[in-house]
Amino acid sequence: MTVPSTLGPERLAIELTVNGRRRTTAVAPWQTLLDVLRDELRLTGTKECCLVGECGACTVRLNGRIVDSCLVLAVEADGGEVTTVEGLAPVGSLSPIQRNFLRYGAVQCGFCTPGQLMAADDLLRRIPDPTIDEIAEGLAGNLCRCGCYEQIIEAVAATAEEARG
Amino acid sequence: MSTVTAPPARRGVVGEPVWRVGGDARVTGRQQYVADVHLPGELHAKLVSLPVARAKILAIDPSAALAVPGVHLVLTAADLPQPVPRFGPQFEDRPVIAVDETKYHGEPVAAVAAETKEAAELAASLVRVDYEELPAVFTVAAALAPDAPLVRDPATRPGDPFAETNILREHRVGWGDVETATADLVVDETYRFPMVTHFAIEPHAFIAAPDGDGIVVWSSIQHPFWLQRVLAKLLGLPLSRVRIIAPDPGGGFGGKQHAKYEPLVAFMARAVERPVRLVLSLEETFQAVRRAAAEVRVRTGLQRDGTLVFQDIEANYLIGAYADIADRVVGKGSYIACGPYRLPNARIVARSVLSHTVPSTAFRGFGNPQVNWAVESNLTEAAARLGMDPLELRLRNLARKGEAFIPFDTPADGDWAETVRRAAERIGWWTPKAPGHGRGVSCGIKSGPTTGLSYATVRFLADGSVVVFSGTSDMGQGARTVFAQIAAHELGVPVEWVTVVMGDTAVVPYDQQTSASRSTALMGNAVLGACRDVQRQLRAMAARLYGLDEASITVAEGVVRLPDRELSPLEVLKAGLGRLGGELIGTGESRKPDEPGHPLGGSAYFYEFNCTTCEATVDAETGDVTLVRYVTVSDVGRAINPLQVKMQDEGAAIQGLGHTLMEKYIFDERGRIRNLGAIDYRIPTSMDLPLQLESDFVEHGDGPGPYGAKGMSEGAILGAASAVAAAVRDACGAVIRDLPLDPERVWRALQERGRR
Repeated sequence: MTVPSTLGPERLAIELTVNGRRRTTAVAPWQTLLDVLRDELRLTGTKECCLVGECGACTVRLNGRIVDSCLVLAVEADGGEVTTVEGLAPVGSLSPIQRNFLRYGAVQCGFCTPGQLMAADDLLRRIPDPTIDEIAEGLAGNLCRCGCYEQIIEAVAATAEEARG
Repeated sequence: MSTVTAPPARRGVVGEPVWRVGGDARVTGRQQYVADVHLPGELHAKLVSLPVARAKILAIDPSAALAVPGVHLVLTAADLPQPVPRFGPQFEDRPVIAVDETKYHGEPVAAVAAETKEAAELAASLVRVDYEELPAVFTVAAALAPDAPLVRDPATRPGDPFAETNILREHRVGWGDVETATADLVVDETYRFPMVTHFAIEPHAFIAAPDGDGIVVWSSIQHPFWLQRVLAKLLGLPLSRVRIIAPDPGGGFGGKQHAKYEPLVAFMARAVERPVRLVLSLEETFQAVRRAAAEVRVRTGLQRDGTLVFQDIEANYLIGAYADIADRVVGKGSYIACGPYRLPNARIVARSVLSHTVPSTAFRGFGNPQVNWAVESNLTEAAARLGMDPLELRLRNLARKGEAFIPFDTPADGDWAETVRRAAERIGWWTPKAPGHGRGVSCGIKSGPTTGLSYATVRFLADGSVVVFSGTSDMGQGARTVFAQIAAHELGVPVEWVTVVMGDTAVVPYDQQTSASRSTALMGNAVLGACRDVQRQLRAMAARLYGLDEASITVAEGVVRLPDRELSPLEVLKAGLGRLGGELIGTGESRKPDEPGHPLGGSAYFYEFNCTTCEATVDAETGDVTLVRYVTVSDVGRAINPLQVKMQDEGAAIQGLGHTLMEKYIFDERGRIRNLGAIDYRIPTSMDLPLQLESDFVEHGDGPGPYGAKGMSEGAILGAASAVAAAVRDACGAVIRDLPLDPERVWRALQERGRR
């Protein structure tokens, strides 16, 4: 019985800047950015659910735009700049969007929350003054089975309003 | 928000929209779910299943899999004690791994443990299984056919009158006499509810690690103490050697109540003497948990004025290949099928029908959404045939508070008409509709827990901070927050000073389970009881400190009242503990005993009552339903945290809109699920919400929980489908008796109507 070569020792060194910190790691060619974040760097805030880019639980920011990290090969992200939920605010503090998720009740079980926050953060960067429809559409790729959508939308709208002052 | 019709029980943090306890960890990524836990030396497991539903296993050859570097184990039934141990909450019918035969698409026949995920996956694909596909049943009709292949071997059902059939059990309940009752109108129709799945965003995850002569198991489980019993029995260990660590589940909805693959992973860990972890893929969760499908025939007899005369209900629930808790779902869900109405004659026959499909289990609503869909839809049809307002028909028959609407059960425990009127007012029921708009109404009711046992410990520490120990699982419903509010309120400290410890059977005292919306009421009472125990000790302390008679002192709601002044509990604690410090430890117990002879083993602790109203339009070209407005109102007794009440209520409604509008398993003719996973099985997104969604509640402090609270997390899922279908009918005339109301079905119904 021959063992497929994909299990061989060859791993590729990649370098990522994750939440502002330079990280180097060796990855197999088939590993995804999600695998690297969760399994290699043990940044487990980014969640794994559908692995086909439909649920949004693994949403992270890569080179200035959000991606489903389950659909990005780790080698494709080489040299990239990644922000995960752990990087949204300094340890011990909450960013306005994080705080508003709690204030408006946008968190129940919390499993989809990191992805929701990354999508919301991205939306507010792209559209600082979104309409309710734009928020709903901007977050449509992030499933929440607890059904917090109204509260998530409210939290995003409130964050935008606070930023306007 | 809602109108509070009775004064709140107390001032303080109870009744306030306190932020979620544990929320910070959830918004920063620090919350640890099972899959985030890693143990030194852990191995990764992968399941092996067959691309068929039912098959005879002829041979399993693990040699190619074992040759993959890093593979330590390929476990099959042959590697387990013989006969292979079986488990299950109702019937011990599920083997740890398939024995001789697979009974549904996705049932594991082998499991691999390897050093890496990749090695485990590769090896799993190399396990060679010779099998022969066998005839199987996937529908109620096929399962009940006279010559149907049997899911369970009759030899395992000695003395069972249904042993030669696929009926696992038949439940009969009723009162009055349906046969002799005479009615002006009888509406006799059959309704169907498809298989749907929980789709918790956290796929189930399990880790087992040998621990001396015992074992530690991490599981995203709702009932850690139940799992502890199951594993202790299967492994022949005392309870004290089986430790279950249950981090907060990332959504449960009933799908994480009972043991699934924990026994398998435990046997694997013992075989390799290393920790073994198994994280299911989303596809595998579809093959692990689902809601029972149902076909429900309803005959309602009414007088011309809309007064109910009788209901005759026959419900066939299609459960899976193993019982899990499904038969209890069938029995308890169907029991209250006739709804919250005054009904002189009732007959309910419900069957758990086995099939070669994924085992169905508890799912929010616990068998009630299926019968609600049928019975409330039937009432809507009755109103139409009588030319009567469907809301009026419901109000006419609704049980009044204190009325024994089920003769041998807890009387109506709420002013339900107020809830119905509130839902009607908020949708503008009596105002004119825009052209093309239709409105629907539905009442939902569910029996709360029929038995319960919860213990809690509260430690009042020397600095006034508090630790609550509770065996409840907080899977998003917010139990931590509610318990922290109760303790803060009673001991007079800020909520931020309270830590709630859960999810470790070696640390927290026993709790029966987290289900049936029980925790605020049952565990809440245990926490309240533990606080009262601390308060008693504070009273004795104050009497000693100030030379007073205990009888002259009261301690309640965060205040110590002496004859001449008030003190905070913390002041008394500090003075009373003295230089050595220490703490006060209170224990609480909350019990709902079983009632032998009751059809369900116990009467309802409370009822969850909900009224849903909605307004819809239908696109005649596409069949697409738009919910213009959607209102859900629940009788919650007391909203200890109104923000969380709203979240649970809306969450239940949106989950209900999933099975109403889009969700269903699609099978091929060989019983394989063709829409496994997130691409082909759609659940509601932020784009699928009603244009306007409102949640409201009625609170009269008339529940059995702390401050008069009732459970409320399931009410709003019950009537979602029947309310929406009623609005669709009102909008466009299409009468639909099958779910979901997806565009194709609605469009076809419109064509059908056009032809008539």
